[in-house]
Order: sequence, then C-alpha cells, then structure tokens
Amino acid sequence: MSEQLGLKAKLGLDVFKHDKEPHISIIPGMEKDSRLKKAILVCPAGLYCENAQGEVELTIDGCLECGTCRVACGVEVLKWNYPNSGCGVQFRFG
Amino acid sequence: MSQTDKDFDVIVVGGGLSGLAAAYTIAEAGLEVLLLERGDYSGAKNVTGGRLYLNPVREMFPDLWGKAPMERFIAHEELSIMDKERSLTIRYDGAELALEPYQSYSILRGKFDRWFAKQAEKKGVSIVCKSRVDDLIIENGKVEGVRAGGEELTANVVIACDGVLSLLAEKAGLRKPGIAKDHAVGLKEIIELDRNIIEDRFNLEGNEGAARLYMGEVTQGKFGGGFLYTNKESISLGIVVGIKDLMEEPAVQVPDLLDAFKLRPEVARLIKGGQTSEYSAHVIPEGGYKSIGKLYGEGILLAGDAAGFSMNIGLTVRGMEYALASGYYAAQASIKANKADNYGAESLAVYEKLLNDSFVMEDFKNFKEAPHVMENPRFFQRYPQLVGDVMKDLYEIPAGPKAKLYPTIKKYMTFREMWGMFTDFGGVRKI
Repeated sequence: MSEQLGLKAKLGLDVFKHDKEPHISIIPGMEKDSRLKKAILVCPAGLYCENAQGEVELTIDGCLECGTCRVACGVEVLKWNYPNSGCGVQFRFG
Repeated sequence: MSQTDKDFDVIVVGGGLSGLAAAYTIAEAGLEVLLLERGDYSGAKNVTGGRLYLNPVREMFPDLWGKAPMERFIAHEELSIMDKERSLTIRYDGAELALEPYQSYSILRGKFDRWFAKQAEKKGVSIVCKSRVDDLIIENGKVEGVRAGGEELTANVVIACDGVLSLLAEKAGLRKPGIAKDHAVGLKEIIELDRNIIEDRFNLEGNEGAARLYMGEVTQGKFGGGFLYTNKESISLGIVVGIKDLMEEPAVQVPDLLDAFKLRPEVARLIKGGQTSEYSAHVIPEGGYKSIGKLYGEGILLAGDAAGFSMNIGLTVRGMEYALASGYYAAQASIKANKADNYGAESLAVYEKLLNDSFVMEDFKNFKEAPHVMENPRFFQRYPQLVGDVMKDLYEIPAGPKAKLYPTIKKYMTFREMWGMFTDFGGVRKI
C-alpha cells in the first residue's frame, strides 16, 4: 500500500443511509464533562473533538454504531440510541 | 392478556447470529416467530473479526453447514509477538488442520447472516428488516411484546438478541449499561486482493485460509492485539483494544493504532497492493463469567452478545459460537415454555440450566480468570520487548567474538525479572 488511507476516506468507503435526526447527542450542559473527553480517544470514527472553548463536539456523520462512546463515557453525558429503522451504516462485508 | 391473544409465540429482536439461530430453531419446532432487524438486511449492523469455530455448534444446526457461504477454512495459525522494530512469530500448521470436518472458517457477516436469514425464512420465520425496536411492552412486570415504529407487537416470549449494548436488557431491568473494564473495541478493514495473490502470499492451497494474531506493540502496551484472517478475495485486518486501557495514559486515538499496525513491515507486505473496501468497528463484551448478569426475566430471554457471551483468552477470541448456541438454547427454552404454557421467569429459567449444562457456561467458568490474568500490562509491553532482546542477542553475530548462549539469556533473567514472571505466569495457570 503506497499511501495511508485517511480516516475520512476510510469512512467514505462505507455505505451510510441518512437519518433525519442524530441518534447520539451530548446531553446539554455536559459538553465540558471530563467523561466526555474520553470519546475523543476511543471513537473508531474520530467523530468527537474538543473546540477552543474546551467543549466536546460530536459530528454524527460516519458513525459506525459501535457503541464505544456509550461504554466509555456513560449515559449521564450521552443520549444514545440506534439510528431510526433502516438508517445509518449498512455493512456489506462486516 | 391471555397468550391466545398474542400476535406471535415468540418475537426475536435482532437478526444477527443469536437471533437467527433462535428464530430458525423455533420455526423448526412449528411455532410462530417474528424476527425484527433494524438494518437493511441481516448482517448490515454486524461486525466480526472474522472467524467461526464450528465444532461446538455443528450438531445444533445439522442442515446448515453444507451450503453455508464460508470464506476459507483455517489451516495455518500464526502468533506474532511484536516489539517496536522486531517481532517473533510462532507458526502452527500441518495435515491435521486440513482434515475435514474443518474446525474453523473465516467468514464475512454481511454474506453469512444474509444467507442464514434466507434459511430461517425457509423454515417459516417471518423476518422484518429496517425495523428498530424502540421499547418493550411490560405489563405487571412481565414482558408482553415490543414497540417498533409506533406499532405494538405482542408475543409470549421476547428474545433480546440486540447485541452487546442490549438496550432491551436495560429496559427489562436485567442489566445496567456496560462499563469500560468489561469491554473492548474492535476495528477492522476489509482489504480486497486478488485470490491468487492471497494464496501465494500466505502459502495457501485452494480454499485453505490463514489466521494471524499479533500482540505487543500493536496496542502500544494496552490490553488487546491485532488480527488478520484471509477471506476468499480479501483480508480482514484489524485490532482489538480494551476500552478502559484506551481511556488511560498514554493517550492514543484508537484509529491511529490501526494505521500504525498497517504500516508495520510485517503487515504492510501482506496487504501490499490491496484496496480497502470497508471500515467497521464494534464493541466486544470481554468481561467473562464474572460480568454475565441475569439471562432471563418474566417473558424475556437474552442471547448472544446481549447476554455477554464473548470471550478473549489471548490465543482465541470467540463470540459467534456462543451467539449461535445461546440462540439455540433460548429457542429450546421458549419451546418448553410453550409446551408448559407458562412464560414466567420460573419457566424460562430452564434457559440458564440448558446453558449451564452446555459448553457455553463450561467455557465461561473454565476461563473465568482469563480477563483478570490477561489485563496484565506486562504481557503487552515488557514481555514482547524481552523476547525481542533475547532473539536479537541469540541471532546477532557481532564484529568481535560472540558471547556464550546461556549467559546471553541469563543476563535478562535477574531475580526481579524471574519473580515477576513467576507471578505473571502463575496467573496464566488459572486459565
């Protein structure tokens, strides 16, 4: 393999079906909670980042529905559900 | 509500291996069973490292295996212990691994589950895909059915096969949300390569396959390892890392671990020229016996990852056989409950008894110390480094005279080191 495939490009290979609402969201007021910062390390899709104000932000596009953020951060800081019926990632190989 | 009013005898939530195994077995017994799958098809939301061991489950589904879309039967095993810039590899192969019936196969869930779902439909299972179950219907403490897409569907028994996070088990009060120490995360790429290149590169004859595990530097000392399985025309390459370790220092973002693994020369040359065609990830239950909670309640059973049935004992990481078997036993329990016309917890308790008498709970009991023993960071950093040091000194020919072999090894074996090993490997005897 001549060049490394970036994370965005990797996620671009997957089949995603758009959902009308994000299935995971940060519970309002918890953006600076230390538990949430762990999501930046553990998310396989790199969807969590910290902004200049020290708040954690989540971009839901590219979510692999793996559940790691729920296990790492907990349900006190994340509102977590699966995408609506027939939405989200659809693995062809899995 | 009397059971005659129910829409179905059994509703199975989740069309992965445990759900399909349960529904298939229940339909075979002539009961009415509905399976709800939230993805576009069975397998759409499922991820495996890539290997299914058939021996423990072969007889549960005798008609299934003949035409199942497996990838390759595993005839070559390798374990590599990786230090920063070197590795030591142990290889196991031989005629016994190439004898039928083969003990294990590489598989892709997108193909396998979709095919298994067709077989279940042929047995009479009603499968509805693109259907997310939002809630359980609970009346007087008993699960009476599910709510999905604004619809209420009732059944005498609900089997929750909704995966490792099992939101339904939480709703039924059988479990609390999973914690980091009991779970790992797996990341995987499917890398497409020409069939002939795979067979040449891995020394495979025909449909033979190779399985390779990597430990040490792969996870930068954190609990876990790397894996590689050959499929027919692709390679499943990935890593598994304990979530608790990932949350601790040294801080590393997990996608970077996979990228670093791919760049290791030992791995890079195996996937050279390949095209990644899918990237997937999933949480894996790894808490073992001690983390398994209640497996049944009033009108509800848990199977597969939802019940915590997955186990990492280092050389093998297994989940799919437990999913198939627990689905099968959940079906048997439902069938017995149907005969007795009693769907309370005391009647469904037979599920736990069936599991206790099977390889599932036997394995979990036998390996109950494994998670505790394996979480020792020395296995993932110190020992890979030590092994590398010894190999280097044994094989290196310096410009001057070469030191005697025995003192070469002995210099690494200080009393402190040996005492540490004695304690660490003493733990291994419990596995």
